[in-house]
Amino acid sequence: MAARAQIGVAVMQHGKYRFIVGFLAVPLGLYALFVVWPFVQSIYYSFTDWTGLSPDFEMVGFANYARMLDDDIFWKSLQHSLLFALLVPVVTIGLALFLSFMINVGGRRRRGGPVISGVRGSAFYKIVYFFPQVLSIAIIALLFAFAYNPDSGAINSFLRAVGLDGIQPLWLGDPDLALWAVMAVIVWSTVGFFVVLFSAGMASIPLDLYEAALLDGANRITTFFRITLPLLWDTVQSGWVYMGILALGAESFAVVHIMTTGPGGPDYSTTVMVLYVYQKAFRDGQAAYATTIGVALLLVTLAFAAAVMKLGRRERLEY
Amino acid sequence: MKTTEPPAPVPAESGITVTKADVPAGAPPEEKKAGGVLNVFSHGILVIWAIMVALPLLWAVMTSFKDDASIFGSPWSLPDTLHFENWARAWTQAHMGDYFLNTVLVVGGSLIGTLVLGSMAAYVLARFEFPGNRFIYYLFIGGMSFPIMLALVPLFYVVNNMGLLNTIHGLILVYIAYSLPFTVFFLTAFFRTLPSSVAEAAFVDGASHSRTFFQIMLPMAKPGLVSVGIFNFLGQWNQYMLPTVLNTDEDKHVLTQGLVQLAVSQGYKGDWSGLFAGLVMAMLPVLAAYIVFQRQVVQGLTAGALK
Repeated sequence: MAARAQIGVAVMQHGKYRFIVGFLAVPLGLYALFVVWPFVQSIYYSFTDWTGLSPDFEMVGFANYARMLDDDIFWKSLQHSLLFALLVPVVTIGLALFLSFMINVGGRRRRGGPVISGVRGSAFYKIVYFFPQVLSIAIIALLFAFAYNPDSGAINSFLRAVGLDGIQPLWLGDPDLALWAVMAVIVWSTVGFFVVLFSAGMASIPLDLYEAALLDGANRITTFFRITLPLLWDTVQSGWVYMGILALGAESFAVVHIMTTGPGGPDYSTTVMVLYVYQKAFRDGQAAYATTIGVALLLVTLAFAAAVMKLGRRERLEY
Repeated sequence: MKTTEPPAPVPAESGITVTKADVPAGAPPEEKKAGGVLNVFSHGILVIWAIMVALPLLWAVMTSFKDDASIFGSPWSLPDTLHFENWARAWTQAHMGDYFLNTVLVVGGSLIGTLVLGSMAAYVLARFEFPGNRFIYYLFIGGMSFPIMLALVPLFYVVNNMGLLNTIHGLILVYIAYSLPFTVFFLTAFFRTLPSSVAEAAFVDGASHSRTFFQIMLPMAKPGLVSVGIFNFLGQWNQYMLPTVLNTDEDKHVLTQGLVQLAVSQGYKGDWSGLFAGLVMAMLPVLAAYIVFQRQVVQGLTAGALK
């Protein structure tokens, strides 16, 4: 601490430990009781046959894990969760990079103005794009569950209105389409957040870099890949991890739980790990098995975060 | 800007005021053309995405004023008359009013608790050296990346054994606990940036540690508290997973749960217009608050990612 060098520090030592304990006790106690302790417990329970319905249980070693490896629905949920963690962030961030580049660099060149500029109305676009971010994912999921309704939903009736009567998908009712329809909702709701985030990053990139590149004959697409993307890489990477964790956890739980039939259907085509944990624990009375799947979800989450950080590692660019 | 040119407004957020007089003269004409094409193209794309974002929301508002027959018959037609009774029905019969009140109570309590306890812990972790400081800090931070659902299975029974299941205060305590990781992470970084001389001077003048914290450090940390407060407010207001597991009593439902519950039961009762009214009712206050406090909300939500 920088404060250490100062004279005041010696005085600050007075009554220090009593103060530290007094200030930390409540937050740390609450956190330990409601967050840390249940985490530890759930890893322990994954080695038992606890149902959750009665307080009695016995240790069963790795029986739950063996059962999990034989469970077809588990493998399906794992597959879908991986798709959520990999595809949803890539599409979301790709789309957001594209849109924020358009907002910040796509403007008409004005004589006497800077070599690159944002489009007119860029503030307006950013406000509108951010709308879904302030709404609950549960409300968005409900809204889209109606929009996807094959007969009276907004999407199919729009298709009919523009003369595409032949294309009337069942959306959430079609096992081949349901997962994509659900993932699209997360992408829709999160793109705006990243547009705003990346725009802030792009605004801090010095204009001379663009000027030099454009004078050298580079076009704007080249400047995106050679200048914008490398300089934004840190933000992109941490955004990717953040989004992946959400797509593995709370967000995918809300959309799948609210939107799909079953939930997780049709025919397990949309079930994800976080939903399977919930169903095993609170619907089927198999709490121990649920925590086993939860441990698998924990491993997937940590592996995902580590992989993105490692694959994405580049030399940090100074500018 | 040259005065001979018509005043071409530069968008405010690009923050560019520097004039580069020598560059435009040397720029090749093809580049200019490409810029124009790009401009039309980029505007086209941006408008399309704006419509894709706004249209579902406008559709929901419109639908909330229609009667059931026209919701099913012609989903895109404007309402024949404004059926305000949908809203009245949703507020009273569908208990949206109660859910609203529950949400206000839960979020109000959680938000205050999160800010008070989070800033206390963050202050101690940021400003004092003691054995275990780093360990406690990382214990808090670790909570940000773990799947909450894993903890929820035993948590249900922990909460149940304490007699806190399906209670407002139980939900508040759990919300606070799960909001602490980000709050502590963010505020620790914030307290580190504040100058230490003021606190030391106060302490030398005889103020106690806790008085120094409440009367000097907390007011200084106000910008950080606002950002993290907005972040937590939206997160807690929009929370769905925690109440779904821990708050199963219908009378205690929060908005998100109540709406989902309503949607499930409407499958049998068929009051879709009332449901849409409820949906819009839950949506509008947050959107209105966002439009008013736009700058602070964006700052609060992106603060963590930019750190």
